[in-house]
Amino acid sequence: MHGIASPVLTIAVILFALLASSAALIWAERRLLALWQDRYGPNRVGPLGILQSVADMIKILTKDDWVPPFADRAVFVLAPAIIVITVLTAFAVIPFAPGFAVADLDIGVIFFLAMSSLSIYSVVLAGWASNSKYALLGGLRGAAQMLSYEIFMGLSIMGVVLLAGSFNLGDIVEAQRDMWFFIPQLPGLLIFFLAGLAETHRLPFDLPEAENELVAGYHTEYAGMKFGMFFVGEYLGIMLVASMITTLFLGGWLGPVLPAAAWFILKTGLVVAVFILLRAALPRPRFDQLMGFGWKAMLPLALINLLATGAVLLAVTDAPLSTGIHDAGPR
Amino acid sequence: MPALASILRTTWAVFLRAFEKRVTVRYPEEKPYLAPRFRGRIILSRDPDGEERCVACYLCAAACPVDCIALDAAEMEGGRRYPSFFRINFSRCIFCGYCEEACPTYAIQLTPDFEMSEYARQSLVYEKEDLLISGTGKYPDYNFYRAAGLAIKGKDKGEAEGEAPPVDVRGLLP
Repeated sequence: MHGIASPVLTIAVILFALLASSAALIWAERRLLALWQDRYGPNRVGPLGILQSVADMIKILTKDDWVPPFADRAVFVLAPAIIVITVLTAFAVIPFAPGFAVADLDIGVIFFLAMSSLSIYSVVLAGWASNSKYALLGGLRGAAQMLSYEIFMGLSIMGVVLLAGSFNLGDIVEAQRDMWFFIPQLPGLLIFFLAGLAETHRLPFDLPEAENELVAGYHTEYAGMKFGMFFVGEYLGIMLVASMITTLFLGGWLGPVLPAAAWFILKTGLVVAVFILLRAALPRPRFDQLMGFGWKAMLPLALINLLATGAVLLAVTDAPLSTGIHDAGPR
Repeated sequence: MPALASILRTTWAVFLRAFEKRVTVRYPEEKPYLAPRFRGRIILSRDPDGEERCVACYLCAAACPVDCIALDAAEMEGGRRYPSFFRINFSRCIFCGYCEEACPTYAIQLTPDFEMSEYARQSLVYEKEDLLISGTGKYPDYNFYRAAGLAIKGKDKGEAEGEAPPVDVRGLLP
Protein backbone atom coordinates (compact mmCIF):
# COMPACT_ATOMS: atom_id res chain seq x y z
CA MET A 1 0.00 0.00 0.00
CA HIS A 2 2.57 2.48 1.16
CA GLY A 3 4.94 1.50 -1.64
CA ILE A 4 2.53 2.48 -4.41
CA ALA A 5 0.39 5.17 -2.82
CA SER A 6 3.19 7.45 -1.71
CA PRO A 7 4.77 8.09 -5.14
CA VAL A 8 1.36 8.49 -6.75
CA LEU A 9 0.38 10.94 -4.05
CA THR A 10 3.63 12.82 -4.56
CA ILE A 11 2.99 13.06 -8.30
CA ALA A 12 -0.58 14.19 -7.75
CA VAL A 13 0.42 16.86 -5.24
CA ILE A 14 3.25 18.17 -7.42
CA LEU A 15 1.14 18.12 -10.58
CA PHE A 16 -1.73 19.95 -8.93
CA ALA A 17 0.57 22.48 -7.30
CA LEU A 18 2.38 23.13 -10.57
CA LEU A 19 -0.72 23.60 -12.68
CA ALA A 20 -2.38 25.76 -10.04
CA SER A 21 0.68 27.91 -9.60
CA SER A 22 1.20 28.29 -13.34
CA ALA A 23 -2.33 29.70 -13.50
CA ALA A 24 -1.61 31.91 -10.51
CA LEU A 25 1.66 32.95 -12.12
CA ILE A 26 -0.19 34.43 -15.08
CA TRP A 27 -2.06 36.62 -12.62
CA ALA A 28 1.08 37.35 -10.61
CA GLU A 29 3.00 38.35 -13.69
CA ARG A 30 0.30 40.76 -14.81
CA ARG A 31 0.08 42.28 -11.34
CA LEU A 32 3.86 42.64 -11.06
CA LEU A 33 4.22 44.12 -14.53
CA ALA A 34 1.49 46.57 -13.60
CA LEU A 35 3.27 47.40 -10.35
CA TRP A 36 6.44 48.25 -12.24
CA GLN A 37 4.53 50.25 -14.81
CA ASP A 38 2.53 52.27 -12.26
CA ARG A 39 -0.72 50.50 -13.10
CA TYR A 40 -2.93 48.10 -11.16
CA GLY A 41 -3.32 45.19 -13.56
CA PRO A 42 -6.25 42.80 -13.24
CA ASN A 43 -8.05 43.79 -10.03
CA ARG A 44 -11.71 43.15 -10.80
CA VAL A 45 -12.33 39.41 -10.59
CA GLY A 46 -12.16 38.30 -6.98
CA PRO A 47 -9.95 39.85 -4.30
CA LEU A 48 -7.04 41.69 -5.97
CA GLY A 49 -8.14 40.10 -9.23
CA ILE A 50 -6.79 36.69 -8.24
CA LEU A 51 -9.65 34.88 -9.96
CA GLN A 52 -8.67 36.48 -13.27
CA SER A 53 -6.82 33.30 -14.27
CA VAL A 54 -9.94 31.27 -13.55
CA ALA A 55 -11.99 33.59 -15.73
CA ASP A 56 -9.35 33.38 -18.46
CA MET A 57 -9.34 29.62 -18.19
CA ILE A 58 -13.11 29.42 -18.56
CA LYS A 59 -12.88 31.69 -21.57
CA ILE A 60 -10.10 29.77 -23.25
CA LEU A 61 -11.75 26.40 -22.61
CA THR A 62 -15.05 27.49 -24.12
CA LYS A 63 -13.42 28.86 -27.25
CA ASP A 64 -13.75 27.20 -30.62
CA ASP A 65 -11.09 24.48 -30.87
CA TRP A 66 -10.16 25.42 -34.39
CA VAL A 67 -7.51 23.87 -36.61
CA PRO A 68 -6.70 25.86 -39.72
CA PRO A 69 -7.53 23.92 -42.90
CA PHE A 70 -4.02 24.44 -44.30
CA ALA A 71 -2.29 23.00 -41.22
CA ASP A 72 -0.81 19.54 -40.84
CA ARG A 73 -3.51 18.41 -38.47
CA ALA A 74 -1.85 15.63 -36.50
CA VAL A 75 1.39 17.49 -35.83
CA PHE A 76 -0.51 20.71 -35.21
CA VAL A 77 -2.44 19.07 -32.40
CA LEU A 78 0.59 17.25 -31.04
CA ALA A 79 2.91 20.25 -30.79
CA PRO A 80 1.32 22.10 -27.86
CA ALA A 81 1.10 18.89 -25.87
CA ILE A 82 4.85 18.30 -26.20
CA ILE A 83 5.90 21.45 -24.40
CA VAL A 84 3.65 20.79 -21.41
CA ILE A 85 4.62 17.13 -21.24
CA THR A 86 8.36 17.73 -21.42
CA VAL A 87 8.33 20.54 -18.89
CA LEU A 88 6.16 18.58 -16.47
CA THR A 89 8.41 15.56 -16.91
CA ALA A 90 11.45 17.67 -16.16
CA PHE A 91 9.85 18.66 -12.87
CA ALA A 92 10.06 15.02 -11.84
CA VAL A 93 13.68 15.42 -10.73
CA ILE A 94 13.29 18.69 -8.85
CA PRO A 95 13.60 18.12 -5.10
CA PHE A 96 11.02 20.42 -3.52
CA ALA A 97 11.91 19.26 -0.01
CA PRO A 98 14.20 16.56 1.37
CA GLY A 99 12.96 13.32 -0.15
CA PHE A 100 9.99 15.02 -1.81
CA ALA A 101 10.65 14.52 -5.49
CA VAL A 102 8.94 12.28 -8.02
CA ALA A 103 12.19 10.65 -9.13
CA ASP A 104 15.43 10.84 -7.18
CA LEU A 105 17.56 10.29 -10.27
CA ASP A 106 21.34 10.09 -10.11
CA ILE A 107 21.43 11.94 -13.42
CA GLY A 108 18.88 14.58 -12.47
CA VAL A 109 20.81 17.45 -14.04
CA ILE A 110 21.20 15.62 -17.34
CA PHE A 111 17.54 14.60 -17.26
CA PHE A 112 16.57 18.23 -16.88
CA LEU A 113 18.79 19.24 -19.79
CA ALA A 114 17.38 16.47 -21.95
CA MET A 115 13.80 17.41 -21.22
CA SER A 116 14.35 21.09 -21.82
CA SER A 117 15.97 20.19 -25.14
CA LEU A 118 12.99 18.06 -26.11
CA SER A 119 10.68 20.99 -25.62
CA ILE A 120 12.25 22.55 -28.73
CA TYR A 121 10.26 20.04 -30.72
CA SER A 122 7.11 21.76 -29.62
CA VAL A 123 8.21 25.08 -31.07
CA VAL A 124 9.63 23.64 -34.27
CA LEU A 125 6.71 21.32 -34.95
CA ALA A 126 4.18 24.04 -34.20
CA GLY A 127 5.94 26.38 -36.59
CA TRP A 128 6.17 23.73 -39.27
CA ALA A 129 2.68 22.28 -38.94
CA SER A 130 1.03 25.69 -38.99
CA ASN A 131 2.03 25.99 -42.63
CA SER A 132 2.24 29.76 -42.49
CA LYS A 133 5.22 32.00 -42.96
CA TYR A 134 5.20 33.76 -39.59
CA ALA A 135 4.79 30.54 -37.68
CA LEU A 136 7.63 28.96 -39.67
CA LEU A 137 9.92 31.93 -39.05
CA GLY A 138 9.10 31.76 -35.37
CA GLY A 139 9.78 28.05 -35.30
CA LEU A 140 13.12 28.51 -37.07
CA ARG A 141 14.15 31.21 -34.66
CA GLY A 142 13.05 29.10 -31.74
CA ALA A 143 15.10 26.16 -32.93
CA ALA A 144 18.23 28.22 -33.55
CA GLN A 145 17.92 30.10 -30.27
CA MET A 146 17.22 27.13 -28.07
CA LEU A 147 19.92 24.96 -29.64
CA SER A 148 22.53 27.67 -29.22
CA TYR A 149 21.62 28.62 -25.70
CA GLU A 150 21.26 25.13 -24.40
CA ILE A 151 24.92 24.35 -25.07
CA PHE A 152 26.21 26.78 -22.51
CA MET A 153 23.22 26.17 -20.31
CA GLY A 154 24.61 22.69 -19.81
CA LEU A 155 28.16 23.99 -19.47
CA SER A 156 27.18 26.57 -16.87
CA ILE A 157 25.74 23.85 -14.63
CA MET A 158 28.90 21.78 -14.81
CA GLY A 159 30.68 24.08 -12.36
CA VAL A 160 28.01 23.27 -9.80
CA VAL A 161 28.27 19.60 -10.60
CA LEU A 162 32.05 19.78 -10.06
CA LEU A 163 31.59 21.47 -6.70
CA ALA A 164 28.91 19.07 -5.54
CA GLY A 165 30.50 16.02 -7.08
CA SER A 166 27.13 14.70 -8.14
CA PHE A 167 24.51 14.92 -10.86
CA ASN A 168 21.82 14.16 -8.31
CA LEU A 169 19.85 17.32 -7.53
CA GLY A 170 19.17 16.25 -3.94
CA ASP A 171 22.91 15.75 -3.36
CA ILE A 172 23.63 19.11 -4.98
CA VAL A 173 21.29 20.79 -2.52
CA GLU A 174 22.85 18.93 0.39
CA ALA A 175 26.31 20.02 -0.80
CA GLN A 176 25.21 23.63 -0.33
CA ARG A 177 24.78 23.34 3.46
CA ASP A 178 27.93 25.39 4.12
CA MET A 179 27.71 27.79 1.21
CA TRP A 180 25.13 28.30 -1.49
CA PHE A 181 26.67 27.78 -4.90
CA PHE A 182 25.78 31.20 -6.22
CA ILE A 183 28.78 32.58 -4.31
CA PRO A 184 31.52 30.48 -5.93
CA GLN A 185 29.50 30.05 -9.14
CA LEU A 186 28.20 33.58 -9.74
CA PRO A 187 29.18 33.55 -13.44
CA GLY A 188 27.54 30.14 -13.71
CA LEU A 189 24.35 31.52 -12.18
CA LEU A 190 24.26 34.49 -14.54
CA ILE A 191 24.93 32.34 -17.60
CA PHE A 192 22.37 29.76 -16.54
CA PHE A 193 19.84 32.50 -15.86
CA LEU A 194 20.28 34.03 -19.32
CA ALA A 195 20.19 30.61 -20.95
CA GLY A 196 17.03 29.88 -19.00
CA LEU A 197 15.47 33.08 -20.29
CA ALA A 198 16.29 32.02 -23.83
CA GLU A 199 15.13 28.45 -23.26
CA THR A 200 11.72 29.56 -22.07
CA HIS A 201 11.74 32.26 -24.79
CA ARG A 202 10.80 34.90 -22.29
CA LEU A 203 11.32 38.58 -22.87
CA PRO A 204 13.86 39.95 -23.67
CA PHE A 205 14.66 36.73 -25.58
CA ASP A 206 11.17 36.12 -26.95
CA LEU A 207 12.20 36.37 -30.58
CA PRO A 208 10.36 33.18 -31.61
CA GLU A 209 7.11 34.94 -30.78
CA ALA A 210 8.10 38.56 -31.35
CA GLU A 211 4.75 40.28 -31.68
CA ASN A 212 5.80 43.27 -33.68
CA GLU A 213 7.54 41.34 -36.42
CA LEU A 214 6.09 37.81 -36.42
CA VAL A 215 2.48 38.37 -35.28
CA ALA A 216 2.79 35.72 -32.56
CA GLY A 217 5.59 33.57 -33.97
CA TYR A 218 5.20 29.83 -33.84
CA HIS A 219 1.75 29.94 -32.20
CA THR A 220 0.25 32.44 -34.64
CA GLU A 221 -2.27 29.91 -35.96
CA TYR A 222 -3.23 28.49 -32.59
CA ALA A 223 -6.44 29.26 -30.78
CA GLY A 224 -8.42 28.09 -27.79
CA MET A 225 -6.91 25.59 -25.40
CA LYS A 226 -4.16 24.60 -27.84
CA PHE A 227 -2.85 28.11 -27.52
CA GLY A 228 -3.51 27.83 -23.80
CA MET A 229 -1.20 24.82 -23.68
CA PHE A 230 1.65 26.89 -25.11
CA PHE A 231 0.84 29.54 -22.56
CA VAL A 232 0.78 27.12 -19.64
CA GLY A 233 3.91 25.46 -21.01
CA GLU A 234 5.72 28.78 -21.05
CA TYR A 235 4.80 29.55 -17.46
CA LEU A 236 5.65 26.02 -16.37
CA GLY A 237 8.98 26.53 -18.13
CA ILE A 238 9.62 29.70 -16.15
CA MET A 239 8.91 27.85 -12.95
CA LEU A 240 11.12 24.98 -14.05
CA VAL A 241 14.08 27.23 -14.74
CA ALA A 242 13.46 29.14 -11.52
CA SER A 243 13.31 25.87 -9.56
CA MET A 244 16.54 24.74 -11.21
CA ILE A 245 18.25 28.01 -10.29
CA THR A 246 16.99 27.60 -6.74
CA THR A 247 18.18 24.02 -6.59
CA LEU A 248 21.55 24.52 -8.21
CA PHE A 249 22.60 27.94 -6.97
CA LEU A 250 20.37 29.16 -4.15
CA GLY A 251 20.54 26.20 -1.84
CA GLY A 252 17.24 24.58 -2.78
CA TRP A 253 15.15 23.87 0.28
CA LEU A 254 17.91 24.89 2.71
CA GLY A 255 17.15 27.72 5.09
CA PRO A 256 16.49 28.42 8.77
CA VAL A 257 13.21 28.40 10.73
CA LEU A 258 10.73 27.92 7.89
CA PRO A 259 9.93 24.42 6.61
CA ALA A 260 11.99 23.17 3.67
CA ALA A 261 9.23 23.41 1.06
CA ALA A 262 8.46 26.99 2.10
CA TRP A 263 12.07 27.98 1.51
CA PHE A 264 12.00 26.33 -1.88
CA ILE A 265 8.79 28.11 -2.89
CA LEU A 266 10.09 31.42 -1.54
CA LYS A 267 13.34 31.25 -3.48
CA THR A 268 11.66 30.05 -6.65
CA GLY A 269 9.12 32.85 -6.39
CA LEU A 270 11.90 35.36 -6.02
CA VAL A 271 13.65 34.10 -9.15
CA VAL A 272 10.36 34.18 -11.05
CA ALA A 273 9.90 37.79 -9.93
CA VAL A 274 13.31 38.62 -11.40
CA PHE A 275 12.21 36.99 -14.66
CA ILE A 276 9.15 39.22 -14.69
CA LEU A 277 11.20 42.28 -13.77
CA LEU A 278 13.43 41.70 -16.78
CA ARG A 279 10.36 41.45 -18.96
CA ALA A 280 9.15 44.78 -17.60
CA ALA A 281 12.51 46.45 -18.09
CA LEU A 282 14.30 45.23 -21.18
CA PRO A 283 13.66 45.53 -24.90
CA ARG A 284 14.18 42.63 -27.27
CA PRO A 285 17.55 42.34 -29.06
CA ARG A 286 17.89 41.74 -32.77
CA PHE A 287 18.17 38.10 -33.73
CA ASP A 288 21.78 38.35 -34.90
CA GLN A 289 22.63 40.12 -31.65
CA LEU A 290 21.00 37.29 -29.75
CA MET A 291 23.01 34.68 -31.66
CA GLY A 292 26.25 36.64 -31.43
CA PHE A 293 25.73 37.14 -27.70
CA GLY A 294 25.19 33.44 -27.21
CA TRP A 295 28.11 32.14 -29.23
CA LYS A 296 30.66 34.92 -28.78
CA ALA A 297 30.09 35.96 -25.18
CA MET A 298 28.19 33.36 -23.22
CA LEU A 299 29.77 30.20 -24.56
CA PRO A 300 33.39 31.33 -23.92
CA LEU A 301 32.40 32.64 -20.50
CA ALA A 302 30.78 29.34 -19.62
CA LEU A 303 33.89 27.46 -20.74
CA ILE A 304 36.19 29.78 -18.80
CA ASN A 305 33.98 29.41 -15.74
CA LEU A 306 34.09 25.64 -16.04
CA LEU A 307 37.88 25.60 -16.50
CA ALA A 308 38.44 28.00 -13.61
CA THR A 309 36.19 26.02 -11.32
CA GLY A 310 38.00 22.81 -12.22
CA ALA A 311 41.39 24.41 -11.75
CA VAL A 312 40.54 25.91 -8.37
CA LEU A 313 39.03 22.65 -7.25
CA LEU A 314 42.13 20.75 -8.30
CA ALA A 315 44.36 23.22 -6.50
CA VAL A 316 42.29 23.30 -3.30
CA THR A 317 41.38 19.68 -2.78
CA ASP A 318 44.07 17.07 -2.26
CA ALA A 319 41.85 14.15 -3.01
CA PRO A 320 41.08 13.27 -6.61
CA LEU A 321 38.00 14.94 -7.98
CA SER A 322 36.07 11.80 -8.63
CA THR A 323 35.68 10.78 -4.99
CA GLY A 324 32.41 12.58 -4.55
CA ILE A 325 30.79 10.74 -7.39
CA HIS A 326 31.99 7.34 -6.20
CA ASP A 327 31.09 8.05 -2.60
CA ALA A 328 27.49 8.59 -3.59
CA GLY A 329 27.35 4.90 -4.34
CA PRO A 330 24.56 2.93 -5.98
CA ARG A 331 21.10 4.12 -5.17
CA MET B 1 30.26 46.58 -20.89
CA PRO B 2 28.49 49.96 -21.18
CA ALA B 3 25.55 47.99 -22.54
CA LEU B 4 25.58 45.75 -19.49
CA ALA B 5 25.68 48.76 -17.18
CA SER B 6 22.79 50.28 -19.07
CA ILE B 7 20.79 47.07 -18.78
CA LEU B 8 21.37 46.88 -15.04
CA ARG B 9 20.53 50.55 -14.58
CA THR B 10 17.32 50.14 -16.59
CA THR B 11 16.29 47.12 -14.59
CA TRP B 12 16.96 48.90 -11.32
CA ALA B 13 15.06 51.98 -12.46
CA VAL B 14 12.09 49.85 -13.44
CA PHE B 15 12.26 48.05 -10.10
CA LEU B 16 12.13 51.37 -8.28
CA ARG B 17 8.85 52.15 -10.02
CA ALA B 18 7.30 49.66 -7.60
CA PHE B 19 7.43 52.34 -4.91
CA GLU B 20 5.85 55.05 -7.03
CA LYS B 21 2.21 56.01 -6.93
CA ARG B 22 0.09 54.25 -9.52
CA VAL B 23 -1.48 56.52 -12.08
CA THR B 24 -4.57 54.44 -12.79
CA VAL B 25 -7.88 55.96 -11.70
CA ARG B 26 -10.02 53.00 -10.60
CA TYR B 27 -13.03 54.45 -12.28
CA PRO B 28 -16.29 53.15 -10.85
CA GLU B 29 -14.95 53.52 -7.30
CA GLU B 30 -12.88 56.64 -7.89
CA LYS B 31 -14.62 59.28 -9.95
CA PRO B 32 -12.43 61.45 -12.12
CA TYR B 33 -12.58 65.23 -11.61
CA LEU B 34 -14.78 66.83 -14.27
CA ALA B 35 -14.42 70.55 -14.91
CA PRO B 36 -17.59 72.64 -14.52
CA ARG B 37 -17.52 73.28 -18.25
CA PHE B 38 -16.99 69.61 -19.15
CA ARG B 39 -19.04 68.83 -22.23
CA GLY B 40 -21.15 65.86 -21.23
CA ARG B 41 -24.82 64.93 -21.22
CA ILE B 42 -27.01 67.64 -22.76
CA ILE B 43 -29.88 69.09 -20.76
CA LEU B 44 -32.61 71.64 -21.34
CA SER B 45 -32.81 74.19 -18.55
CA ARG B 46 -35.65 76.30 -17.20
CA ASP B 47 -35.69 79.99 -16.45
CA PRO B 48 -35.86 81.25 -12.83
CA ASP B 49 -39.64 81.22 -13.00
CA GLY B 50 -39.68 77.54 -13.81
CA GLU B 51 -40.73 77.88 -17.44
CA GLU B 52 -38.91 76.21 -20.29
CA ARG B 53 -36.18 78.40 -21.66
CA CYS B 54 -36.20 76.84 -25.11
CA VAL B 55 -37.95 78.99 -27.66
CA ALA B 56 -37.69 76.40 -30.46
CA CYS B 57 -35.59 78.60 -32.72
CA TYR B 58 -33.91 75.57 -34.36
CA LEU B 59 -30.47 77.17 -34.05
CA CYS B 60 -29.10 74.21 -32.09
CA ALA B 61 -30.40 71.77 -34.68
CA ALA B 62 -28.86 73.90 -37.43
CA ALA B 63 -25.53 74.15 -35.62
CA CYS B 64 -25.35 70.45 -34.85
CA PRO B 65 -22.67 68.92 -37.09
CA VAL B 66 -24.08 65.42 -36.79
CA ASP B 67 -27.77 66.34 -36.97
CA CYS B 68 -28.64 64.63 -33.75
CA ILE B 69 -31.13 67.24 -32.53
CA ALA B 70 -34.73 67.18 -33.71
CA LEU B 71 -37.49 69.48 -32.52
CA ASP B 72 -40.67 71.16 -33.61
CA ALA B 73 -41.85 74.60 -32.60
CA ALA B 74 -45.18 75.42 -31.04
CA GLU B 75 -46.63 78.56 -29.52
CA MET B 76 -48.61 79.10 -26.35
CA GLU B 77 -51.62 81.37 -26.44
CA GLY B 78 -49.64 84.12 -24.71
CA GLY B 79 -47.08 84.20 -27.53
CA ARG B 80 -44.36 82.19 -25.83
CA ARG B 81 -42.72 79.74 -28.17
CA TYR B 82 -41.74 76.28 -26.96
CA PRO B 83 -40.74 72.99 -28.58
CA SER B 84 -43.64 70.58 -28.96
CA PHE B 85 -41.05 67.81 -28.96
CA PHE B 86 -37.32 67.94 -28.47
CA ARG B 87 -35.27 64.87 -29.23
CA ILE B 88 -31.51 64.30 -29.00
CA ASN B 89 -30.04 61.11 -30.35
CA PHE B 90 -27.05 60.58 -28.08
CA SER B 91 -25.78 57.67 -30.13
CA ARG B 92 -24.94 60.31 -32.73
CA CYS B 93 -24.04 63.22 -30.49
CA ILE B 94 -20.34 64.05 -30.44
CA PHE B 95 -20.57 66.43 -27.47
CA CYS B 96 -19.01 69.28 -29.43
CA GLY B 97 -21.06 71.91 -27.59
CA TYR B 98 -21.99 73.84 -30.72
CA CYS B 99 -25.68 73.66 -29.76
CA GLU B 100 -24.91 75.35 -26.47
CA GLU B 101 -22.94 78.06 -28.27
CA ALA B 102 -25.74 78.60 -30.77
CA CYS B 103 -28.53 78.79 -28.20
CA PRO B 104 -29.75 82.39 -27.76
CA THR B 105 -31.65 81.65 -24.54
CA TYR B 106 -29.15 79.48 -22.59
CA ALA B 107 -31.72 76.72 -22.78
CA ILE B 108 -29.55 73.89 -24.06
CA GLN B 109 -26.48 73.21 -21.93
CA LEU B 110 -23.83 70.52 -21.62
CA THR B 111 -23.20 69.10 -18.17
CA PRO B 112 -20.27 67.31 -16.51
CA ASP B 113 -21.81 63.85 -16.73
CA PHE B 114 -20.77 61.14 -19.13
CA GLU B 115 -22.20 58.04 -17.47
CA MET B 116 -25.00 57.36 -19.91
CA SER B 117 -24.14 53.93 -21.32
CA GLU B 118 -27.04 51.77 -22.42
CA TYR B 119 -27.42 48.24 -23.67
CA ALA B 120 -29.95 49.16 -26.35
CA ARG B 121 -29.13 51.86 -28.87
CA GLN B 122 -32.73 52.98 -28.85
CA SER B 123 -32.37 53.94 -25.19
CA LEU B 124 -29.88 56.62 -26.20
CA VAL B 125 -32.61 58.67 -27.88
CA TYR B 126 -33.60 61.21 -25.22
CA GLU B 127 -36.99 62.93 -25.42
CA LYS B 128 -37.85 66.32 -23.98
CA GLU B 129 -38.92 64.93 -20.63
CA ASP B 130 -35.54 63.18 -20.36
CA LEU B 131 -33.67 66.37 -21.22
CA LEU B 132 -35.56 68.96 -19.21
CA ILE B 133 -34.22 69.65 -15.76
CA SER B 134 -35.99 71.61 -13.07
CA GLY B 135 -33.19 74.14 -12.55
CA THR B 136 -31.52 76.92 -14.42
CA GLY B 137 -28.17 75.27 -15.11
CA LYS B 138 -25.16 77.52 -15.51
CA TYR B 139 -27.07 80.84 -15.67
CA PRO B 140 -29.23 81.12 -12.57
CA ASP B 141 -30.70 84.60 -13.21
CA TYR B 142 -31.25 84.72 -16.92
CA ASN B 143 -34.77 84.83 -18.25
CA PHE B 144 -35.01 85.31 -21.98
CA TYR B 145 -38.54 86.68 -22.14
CA ARG B 146 -37.82 89.25 -19.45
CA ALA B 147 -34.73 90.47 -21.26
CA ALA B 148 -36.01 90.27 -24.84
CA GLY B 149 -38.05 92.96 -26.53
CA LEU B 150 -40.60 90.52 -27.80
CA ALA B 151 -44.15 91.20 -26.66
CA ILE B 152 -45.85 88.32 -24.93
CA LYS B 153 -48.84 88.05 -22.69
CA GLY B 154 -48.24 90.02 -19.49
CA LYS B 155 -45.30 91.95 -20.93
CA ASP B 156 -45.72 94.45 -23.67
CA LYS B 157 -43.15 96.23 -25.82
CA GLY B 158 -40.79 98.40 -23.83
CA GLU B 159 -41.40 96.59 -20.56
CA ALA B 160 -38.38 94.31 -20.71
CA GLU B 161 -35.42 94.73 -18.37
CA GLY B 162 -33.36 97.76 -19.37
CA GLU B 163 -35.54 98.46 -22.35
CA ALA B 164 -36.68 102.01 -23.15
CA PRO B 165 -40.34 102.55 -23.98
CA PRO B 166 -40.91 102.18 -27.73
CA VAL B 167 -40.50 105.31 -29.81
CA ASP B 168 -43.58 106.33 -31.76
CA VAL B 169 -41.91 106.88 -35.13
CA ARG B 170 -45.00 108.61 -36.47
CA GLY B 171 -45.17 111.09 -33.63
CA LEU B 172 -43.99 114.67 -34.16
CA LEU B 173 -42.50 115.30 -30.74
CA PRO B 174 -38.75 114.96 -30.49
